[in-house]
Amino acid sequence: MALLEIENLVVEFETAGGMFRAVDGVSMSVDRREVLAIVGESGSGKSVSMLAVMGLLPWTAKVFADRMMFDGVDLLKISPQDRRKLVGKDMSMIFQEPMASLNPCFTVGFQIEEVLQVHMGMDRAQRRARAIELLTLVGISDPAERLISFPHQLSGGQCQRVMIAIAIACNPKLLIADEPTTALDVTIQKQILDLLVGLQEKYGMGLIMITHNMGVVAETADRVIVQYKGRKMEEADVLSLFENPKSNYTRALLSALPDNATGDRLPTIDNFLIEADSSAINLPMMEPPL
Amino acid sequence: MTAKVLEARNIVRDYYVGGGLFSSPRTVHAVKGVSFSVDKGKTLAIVGESGCGKSTLARIVTLIDPATAGELFIDGNKIDIARDRLMPEMRRKVQIVFQNPYGSLNPRQKIGDVLGEPLKINTDVPADERRERAMAMLKKVGLQPEHYHRYPHMFSGGQRQRIAIARALMLNPSLLVLDEPVSALDLSVQAQVLNLLADLQDEFQLTYVFISHDLSVVRYIADDVMVMYYGEAVEYGSRDEVFSNPQHSYTRTLFAATPRADVESIRARLARKNAA
Amino acid sequence: MADAVANTPGPVSPGPSSVDPSRSARFAEFWFYFSENRGAVVGLFFFLFLIVLAVFAPLIAPHAPNAQYRDAVLVPPFWQEGGSAAYLLGTDAVGRDILSRLIYGTRFSLFIGVIVTTLSLVGGIFLGVIAGYFRGWVDTVIMRVMDIILAFPSLLLALVLVAVLGPGLTNAMIAIALVFQPHFVRLTRAAVMVEKNRDYVVAAKVAGAGPLRLMFSTILPNCMAPLIVQATLSFSSAILDAAALGFLGMGAQPPTPEWGTMLAEAREFILRAWWVVTLPGLAILLTVLAINLMGDGLRDALDPKLKRS
Repeated sequence: MALLEIENLVVEFETAGGMFRAVDGVSMSVDRREVLAIVGESGSGKSVSMLAVMGLLPWTAKVFADRMMFDGVDLLKISPQDRRKLVGKDMSMIFQEPMASLNPCFTVGFQIEEVLQVHMGMDRAQRRARAIELLTLVGISDPAERLISFPHQLSGGQCQRVMIAIAIACNPKLLIADEPTTALDVTIQKQILDLLVGLQEKYGMGLIMITHNMGVVAETADRVIVQYKGRKMEEADVLSLFENPKSNYTRALLSALPDNATGDRLPTIDNFLIEADSSAINLPMMEPPL
Repeated sequence: MTAKVLEARNIVRDYYVGGGLFSSPRTVHAVKGVSFSVDKGKTLAIVGESGCGKSTLARIVTLIDPATAGELFIDGNKIDIARDRLMPEMRRKVQIVFQNPYGSLNPRQKIGDVLGEPLKINTDVPADERRERAMAMLKKVGLQPEHYHRYPHMFSGGQRQRIAIARALMLNPSLLVLDEPVSALDLSVQAQVLNLLADLQDEFQLTYVFISHDLSVVRYIADDVMVMYYGEAVEYGSRDEVFSNPQHSYTRTLFAATPRADVESIRARLARKNAA
Repeated sequence: MADAVANTPGPVSPGPSSVDPSRSARFAEFWFYFSENRGAVVGLFFFLFLIVLAVFAPLIAPHAPNAQYRDAVLVPPFWQEGGSAAYLLGTDAVGRDILSRLIYGTRFSLFIGVIVTTLSLVGGIFLGVIAGYFRGWVDTVIMRVMDIILAFPSLLLALVLVAVLGPGLTNAMIAIALVFQPHFVRLTRAAVMVEKNRDYVVAAKVAGAGPLRLMFSTILPNCMAPLIVQATLSFSSAILDAAALGFLGMGAQPPTPEWGTMLAEAREFILRAWWVVTLPGLAILLTVLAINLMGDGLRDALDPKLKRS
């Protein structure tokens, strides 16, 4: 049985201009010990689908799916109390802006221990020990001193490590990483990606890596899903995707990489035909297509 | 002999962070003696991570902030805005395109006015001719005449960058500083904007100073490359030299850290994984 | 360099298109968010009703506001015994029709609101923009003066000013406008300080804009949202404060049919003739409530963080 199974997920938002369909019939599954990358550009719905799984969407969002199962639990029918027991413990998420995702008013140690207190019911000494253990795991030096630091005293890379520590504190079965390195420098990005993949291998977690960077996909993923405007364009293992992309959109993405440039000009999406039939393409509500 | 559009000698920029009630004043050395030059029609890429001083250098070259020390020559004229007032002719020679397409356009200004404003401030061009020039520039960057009346929030990120580029070109500058212009854009849009920049460079013989942290983009568009690290230029040479034979250890670290999206690297990684 | 998907190259138009497509769309979006707040819509309609009353007062009011009917002194409203249909809401101590006075009173209240708000807005924006843009000693001086004004209880300060300038509606309005200044200055200054460092301001600088153009043409239009909300609130506060000053005898002088002045004249009749006191008070209450509800709705509609698209 797969760890996470999603079938025909649809997410719609109420907007000033009507209902906007951000995710349109996406299906996927993730196994334990597997790294799935969801790659797409902005507006592809990749973050929204994972936020729907975690139950983190605002009230204006309507979520429909044929099936959404996590480790045998039906996420569509789950009660809010049961969901709160699941989220953060067996299924956790890290976000793009590390500085903005940590509460600036509380110390790092408090935020890590908060998770331990709520989900694991540890006492104070146990929590502190585990917090130090976690900070060491994610590669922060002087963990005991870092516990009393505030987020603004840490760099972007350190904040992201803290977020990862919070996310893995309860040994989750599934970790969702929503563009974890987009806001970080290249050298820090490499360290964070190595850390994530290392932790994934060590603890046998499922890891969903959401990104728009094909290089990150190439270096971390086992399987890849390509999304465009809320629909799944292609699903393949990473080698096949790069060697032999089947969808025109994937081919367009790969050839738009400056690394793959031949000659003077970069080929762009409109040099390729979008393959799905025109009635199925949802043009964005308010802005003209680029 | 091609003329040097931009020449910088030993640019230094220090910030004095005043002491508050609990801390003593200190000096931040944002740029520590950087020298470079760019020929007409060429692109110099400045590469570095956050905190290396590349944006500070961009602001100095665009004549927004003065340098603490060093000399700056644009089109052969020495410019020192700390000492002399900035003359309008000098102001027109250098323009800038910013990184964030969502912040660089005034939300309350229509696109037509955005494009006409530089002309209105710096020249005596009458209103209808300003409108014509703005429309022509809109077309040149790939937008439509009906966009003239719209507000920025109605455009996507890539379109806003095109508008920012159009605005920068209204005064016919000789030098265009681009501060990470495609970093905030999607991959496909990035390709379109890079193509646009290449076409404009050919047509107007523009000189670019292109700041980026993305090595793949740099490898694609640069003629010369300068790598910055903590305010110093640790590497400076032609693109081929720097990419094939990086001298400084930081440059080598940077190259090693850039994720590779090619099939061989993937194969190698999977082989390592299966062996472990 | 052709643009994406469906754009066919348009004709080179000789001039701008005649219809501005964005204005009606923007209003529709504004109305969508504004109308979600039922109270705000009710407040808006009540306010429009007041404007109609004020503009057409001579046509609507059954009597002249200062006409005294000596034979109909302290007549109760028509639904009480002793009341008459000629004086729907009764008359006051010298026989003036209360309904007509209330209707003419809307003119004064709206007038006060508009003048006070305009004065404080203009002064506040001017000082706030200068303080926020230049910082340094200019900022310090302006803000310290504003702090001094804020340190006084507002009504007391207005009272002192009116005592110095002399009682009367004009002086009351000037005094109240002065008391409201610091709020606008603070708001504007805060907004200017935030916007000043944004890229588009730097871009305007690079395009050659001087300080004046930067302050008033580039930065100020982007700071208007909190100012508009504050203006609505100060509109209602101005009416309240003018009524209070009138009640104390320092605002509009009798026989002006201003609601606060009407209250002042009716103090002694609270038990004997409740309608002379209650009805002007009710008018003030409803007006201030309506404007505050509108202000709430405006805030929701103008706050970009609450936008949903």
